[in-house]
Amino acid sequence: MHDLSPLTGLGASTPREDTIGAVVITDAPDWALASVTARAGEGHDCREILADLLGAPCPEVARHAQGPQHGAFWIGAESWMIEAPFDPARDLALALRTVLGARASVTEQTDAWVRFDLSAPDLAPLLERLSNLDHAGMAPGTARRTVIDHMGCYLLRHAGHATIYAPRSTARSLHHAIVTAARSQQSGRAPRA
Amino acid sequence: MRLKSGGHIDRTTTIGFRFNRKVFTGHPGDTLASALMANGVRLMGRSFKYHRPRGVLTAGSEEPNALVELRTGDRQEPNTRATMIELHDGLQARSQNAWPSLRFDALAVNDRLSNLLTAGFYYKTFMWPASFWEKLYEPLIRRAAGLGAITARPDPDSYDKGYLHCDLLVIGAGPAGLMAALTAGRAGARVILADEDFRLGGRLNAERICIAHMAGSDWAAQAAAELVSLPNVRMLPRCTVFGAFDHGIYGAIERVADHLARPAKDQPRQILWRITSRRALLCAGAIERPIAFADNDRPGILTAGALRAYANRWAAAPAGRVAVFTNNDDGHRTVADLQAHGVEVAALIDARAKAPDLPGVELLKGAQVTGSRGRLGLREITVRLASGELRRIAVGGLGVSGGWNPNVALCCHQGARPEWREKIAAFVPGRALPPGLGVAGAAGGAFSTHAALETGALEARDALDALGLAARAPDLPQAEDAPIRITPFWHVAAKGRAWLDFQNDVTVKDIRLAHQEGFRAVEHLKRYTTLGMATDQGKTANMGGLAVMAELTGQSIAQTGTTMFRPPYTPVTLGALAGRARGALFRPARLTPSHHWATEQGAVFVEAGLWLRAQYFPRPGESQWRESVDREVLATRKSLGVCDVTTLGKIDVQGSDAAAFLNRIYCNAFSKLAVGRVRYGLMLREDGIAFDDGTAARMAEDHFVVTTTTANAVPVYRHMEFARQCLWPEMDVQLISTTEAWAQYAIAGPNARRLLQKLVDPDFDISNEGFPFMACAELTICGGCRARLFRISFSGELAYELAVPTRYGDALMRRIMAAGAEFNITPYGTEALGVMRIEKGHVAGNELNGQTTALNLGLGRMVSRNKDSIGAVLSRREGLNGPDALHLVGVRPKSPQTRIPAGAHLLERGAKPVAANDLGYLTSACYSPSLQSYIALGLLKNGQARIGEVLRAASPLTGQDVEVEITSPHFIDPEGARLRA
Repeated sequence: MHDLSPLTGLGASTPREDTIGAVVITDAPDWALASVTARAGEGHDCREILADLLGAPCPEVARHAQGPQHGAFWIGAESWMIEAPFDPARDLALALRTVLGARASVTEQTDAWVRFDLSAPDLAPLLERLSNLDHAGMAPGTARRTVIDHMGCYLLRHAGHATIYAPRSTARSLHHAIVTAARSQQSGRAPRA
Repeated sequence: MRLKSGGHIDRTTTIGFRFNRKVFTGHPGDTLASALMANGVRLMGRSFKYHRPRGVLTAGSEEPNALVELRTGDRQEPNTRATMIELHDGLQARSQNAWPSLRFDALAVNDRLSNLLTAGFYYKTFMWPASFWEKLYEPLIRRAAGLGAITARPDPDSYDKGYLHCDLLVIGAGPAGLMAALTAGRAGARVILADEDFRLGGRLNAERICIAHMAGSDWAAQAAAELVSLPNVRMLPRCTVFGAFDHGIYGAIERVADHLARPAKDQPRQILWRITSRRALLCAGAIERPIAFADNDRPGILTAGALRAYANRWAAAPAGRVAVFTNNDDGHRTVADLQAHGVEVAALIDARAKAPDLPGVELLKGAQVTGSRGRLGLREITVRLASGELRRIAVGGLGVSGGWNPNVALCCHQGARPEWREKIAAFVPGRALPPGLGVAGAAGGAFSTHAALETGALEARDALDALGLAARAPDLPQAEDAPIRITPFWHVAAKGRAWLDFQNDVTVKDIRLAHQEGFRAVEHLKRYTTLGMATDQGKTANMGGLAVMAELTGQSIAQTGTTMFRPPYTPVTLGALAGRARGALFRPARLTPSHHWATEQGAVFVEAGLWLRAQYFPRPGESQWRESVDREVLATRKSLGVCDVTTLGKIDVQGSDAAAFLNRIYCNAFSKLAVGRVRYGLMLREDGIAFDDGTAARMAEDHFVVTTTTANAVPVYRHMEFARQCLWPEMDVQLISTTEAWAQYAIAGPNARRLLQKLVDPDFDISNEGFPFMACAELTICGGCRARLFRISFSGELAYELAVPTRYGDALMRRIMAAGAEFNITPYGTEALGVMRIEKGHVAGNELNGQTTALNLGLGRMVSRNKDSIGAVLSRREGLNGPDALHLVGVRPKSPQTRIPAGAHLLERGAKPVAANDLGYLTSACYSPSLQSYIALGLLKNGQARIGEVLRAASPLTGQDVEVEITSPHFIDPEGARLRA
């Protein structure tokens, strides 16, 4: 086991959590990611293997699927991002390559992204300050590409919380955008019916 | 004056405010305008050009006159409409455009000079000498004219932005808007109801009419309460929809904290909403237009509807004795309402000879107001009776009604023109509306309350039908349905200046002048006279101006047409448009994995796109950046340096056709590159011009890692994706960016390998034989950390690039520095990086400037003739390959310490510095501490044949003219022995 100490995307040794009113914003570095794209003509097999891995059907366009060990969301034609709890002793990309073989191209993506989990009884008032998606119409299991303060992100809606993935180098700017919007929304909340 | 009873104000609470430093009181529910009127203040400002005394003209956002500077200090805001300012405790406002005081304004002398200051006077007057315009005339005019003043200090408030979606956006919460929102809301549609007022109801709050046997204002409150209770309806009071844009998108400004003394902590002052609607309904009502007559601008003269609104909604009147001048029945309603509030109406002057009778008031049929008197406020009007006799009537207030203009602005924001409707003598929305937008109520010319309710319900139902949502036929509440009776009458023919545009001081005479001088088209008329410009955009003025021009040209008003309506409908604070993106937060910053470490070292950062990169690392005692950079270069070349190169783009290319794909993307060959090897690659654009350079490392038979320059990381990825998806979809190749996934450091210098041997786990052979120049491998370091190692060199030294998962980037940099201490390791930034690549003769962005070919860059032989690739054919165009083609060369001054200006042009000695003598230009220049000389790279015509010649580098910008020697571009180690060591 190597002795290099990891830092979070925000440059700290421990994840940061901000509570602003009812909104909790959590830096979540303990997730491993790998992209999987089916090789030409291998889409069907690739989907079946991923479905077995997930324990759920492979997600369709703009959807996220969560299994007991892994999650996955659609990122392009025959292309998915696979999520799993981060384990320094386990190489997610290698594990996927092992099961998929030459059926797919697998790329390590764990540290390409910073992940923030957002929770609140009603997240729409916060998310509507950040992204132009129709948040009220986003059911759990939705995964969409969007832009937050000029930063390209993935936004995943789960039951009771949301996840934002953004390029890791933009972690500080994205965190600032979310926290500022949360404070703004909490302090100047417009009447909402 | 405050009326004894009535009004939607809370008389149980008194709040204090200041106007022109004087303390007044008002009540919650008041606007600044209504509170001033209630306190007997009629004079509120001075006009733009002539500094004429002015009072409030309207009761809404169309107000042209009563503009004030609001608040003090950093929060001071000019040109704020008193009619839109909610009164709050401690409010401070000042009149503007007056000196030394509002009552005595020295520049009112302009009014005496009005014969000289007619429309277009400055076009004619300040023509010569031409040089005086910018330096003298314009500053003088700007100082004399204008309205309020900005503080020129940073705005202390914050602004937010957001995005809303709905099935139906209802713009305006008057009777039509409320009925539409109720219809759609009850049907379960997602509805947004936005209104610029703080009290929903629109004109229902300003009238005495009844709906469903209750006061209209009560019905409005009841409707608003029901809407609030519906979970699918979002209410946005204090929210102005200011623009209709493409695809059903509307811009809106919500004034979150403008009604407070200052925003609460973290509370935005305003929010800019981008509303995406499936359907929208404009229920913005109508704006009353005045009738122009001589001196019709005195404080105390209002539109009749405004006079009625102040009495009904705010229990205020400009005086106890007033008159009304009208050409339509709505003026009669004003009389009745004022009388109901106990205001004495001295006369009802109706321009119509056959005006209907109105008991209880002296009705002067066929009469016209021809003038007014009163220095700082209305004292008397002069009326020309139908018989021709003149009569003076002493009044302190006058309500004027020339009819109502439907508020069509948003209908026309996408270029549509309104249509003339003779029956109401007004423009109404045309048939070509923005897609998805409907119109209801007075905005569509349906002026009665019943018609507003009915059209609101029907339009909402139609909108829902179009969306496949069923709405129940509404039960319309009972309401008045008075017919519209109007005889168009625009201005009174009489001596004296009759004002059309109060905000820009445009008179009927100015329109005549424009006509006389040929500015007859409405857009010309607007520019020549300034009719309809400034903050109110002529909401009360344009119609009168068009009508006068129509009279003069003999055309109909419909033929005369209107000027173009453009967003914003009412002024929008620039801060709201900026939102959270201001100052250091104007755009996001991308931080490298070593950013925190570099900050600790005192690095100076430079922006490279969105990235913040360490530019150099100053040490104590170094006062000039050059000292730091020279030291970093020398230390690296002497022993060891480290630089964060994470920002270079990294693209993962996989698939059974990956090598074939790169063969087509790069102009040089890649199909035979061995696994574990790296190759320098050059990409061309389709037109044969060099696009980007970088390396491709073959990690496996079907797996490459492509690197790009920092600046082109996204364009190259986009280019490759285009090729993959559109040009060669049959290829089995998959791409994904991994730029952010890996922290990558360049480790350069004679001791680079010795350092790496301390980091790389012993299982891996990185000897010169085991890991030669242009090798690559996946390995582990520091006891098992996954890593990638590339033996590539930008500096020309023995060099490697070492990559680890980004989360370990900070720790790795600290480990490199600790392990390299024995080699006196030196971190270097982008400046030293640039110096070393110029010394080595490597091209970068300066040379890959969108105009150069592979041949120009000395890379012509890389364009393979044994295969096809993007740009290869067009790179062989004759024009790009002539004998005079530019070649990359090195340039050294004859005197080593003479600085060579980058961008200088190369000339023969003795040649004049003109384009005809241009031989080429310098692309990169620096001081080389290794050579102890300034050096440069440049592009010179037929340069390879001219090595050894002496030319001149001349910069017309800096005035420098330096004798230089043309050399090989490879100043350092041209044989490449160091990087293979």
